[in-house]
Amino acid sequence: MIGYNFAYLDEQTKRMIRRALLKAVAIPGHQVPFGSREMPLPYGWGTGGIQVTAAVLGRQDVLKVIDQGADDTTNAVSIRRFFARTAGVATTTHTAEATVIQTRHRIPEQALREDQIIVYQVPQPEPLSKLEPSRAETRRMHALAEYGPMHVKLYEDITRYGHIAISYDYPVMVNGRYLMSPSPIPAFDNPKLDMMPALQLFGAGREKRIYAIPPYTEVRSLDFDDHPFRATRAPHACGLCGATDSYLDEVVTDDRGGRLFVCSDTDHCETRRAAGHVGEQAMAAE
Amino acid sequence: MTVDLPGFADPVGGAQECFRAVLDAMARPGAIRAAACPPPAKLHAATAAVLLTLVDSETSLWIDPALAAATDWVRFHCGPREVEASQADFVLAASLPALDRLRAGTDEGPDESATVILQVADFAAGQRLRLAGPGLRAPATLDVDGLPTGFLAAWEANHALFPRGVDLILCARDRLACLPRSVRIEKG
Repeated sequence: MIGYNFAYLDEQTKRMIRRALLKAVAIPGHQVPFGSREMPLPYGWGTGGIQVTAAVLGRQDVLKVIDQGADDTTNAVSIRRFFARTAGVATTTHTAEATVIQTRHRIPEQALREDQIIVYQVPQPEPLSKLEPSRAETRRMHALAEYGPMHVKLYEDITRYGHIAISYDYPVMVNGRYLMSPSPIPAFDNPKLDMMPALQLFGAGREKRIYAIPPYTEVRSLDFDDHPFRATRAPHACGLCGATDSYLDEVVTDDRGGRLFVCSDTDHCETRRAAGHVGEQAMAAE
Repeated sequence: MTVDLPGFADPVGGAQECFRAVLDAMARPGAIRAAACPPPAKLHAATAAVLLTLVDSETSLWIDPALAAATDWVRFHCGPREVEASQADFVLAASLPALDRLRAGTDEGPDESATVILQVADFAAGQRLRLAGPGLRAPATLDVDGLPTGFLAAWEANHALFPRGVDLILCARDRLACLPRSVRIEKG
């Protein structure tokens, strides 16, 4: 850790982020601007999440980092190693062992606890960005809770496709007040946002926004009475562990149309396999 | 001018631990958490720790005249801009200030609001508050010795401004609890 402050960021920056985090928690779902710093990795690689994690992390924490559910992809490995080096914290791949979980685009399958904090990496914090490009205008829309255009967008989906055609980054209402982007997690994960026992923090580095959902807060996925929200997943069992209730990744295995569906949450899949669950493809390979 | 120098024995770790206590308390209104550093005259250990954790030269602070004896210590460690209560990011108070005269933020920027660091006597006796809202699975109670009788009415007006409003960090000895604007409070 020589040459760096604990967890890379200087104390003045951490205080600034911490103040933003407290206001974010006090106003669930509201995007708080913050002075996002240049980090030693490019925007789009989780600079917002990293800065939030750096402001939160302590020496006693155990950090888990996932990228699309996996602990072993480049983004997850490099961020985990970054904090192991700059903060000297213990790291883990097991969801249950972690006190702080930084995530890119998934919520672990295993339910989180009150003593855990989950930090989301957010590319675009503004749920209205595709409907209204002006940041000044979307701020005004949030101030007035003017969310009609989003309902119109969902309605147009239904008229065109027969259903709401948003499979990820599905907009939610937090505490009945703020429309919020849950970051590009699959809509499958949306129900986990609601009344989660863990504190949820969101960091968008390029867009310089922080927002939060306190524990046990109502988070409702937008829908209509006659078109209720449905969490969808690929209609298969995990090829490795046989799970029928987890979110699956589709992996192309050859050039003859071979497909393998596997849990996107690698820790969940490994834990199940260690407990003796075997999927079809894993059985065929043996 | 003499200043009691000690702040956190470990400035980086101490501020981090205190922040996590405040963050957890803000996320779970009414939960009592520990935070402490050697305080100057008039301040409690938790009050001093919260100041060191959140206040610096980028923030503005109003100091209650009743706590004026701590001013040199605050200037030395935090160096905030000292302003009127109605302009302050942080309001350091020994008795509840008029919440409706503090910065409540704007409709577009409700986060540009004041945080009151209120030093109270204890979390054991006094007024029993019944809390409900985000952060609480079921209504919780918090006993606070040191709130004025008009607190519930003042809070109701503050909560009614939501998403605008001020947030409270209550500090008593080496303990703290938070009341974010989102929480509804009734007599317990």
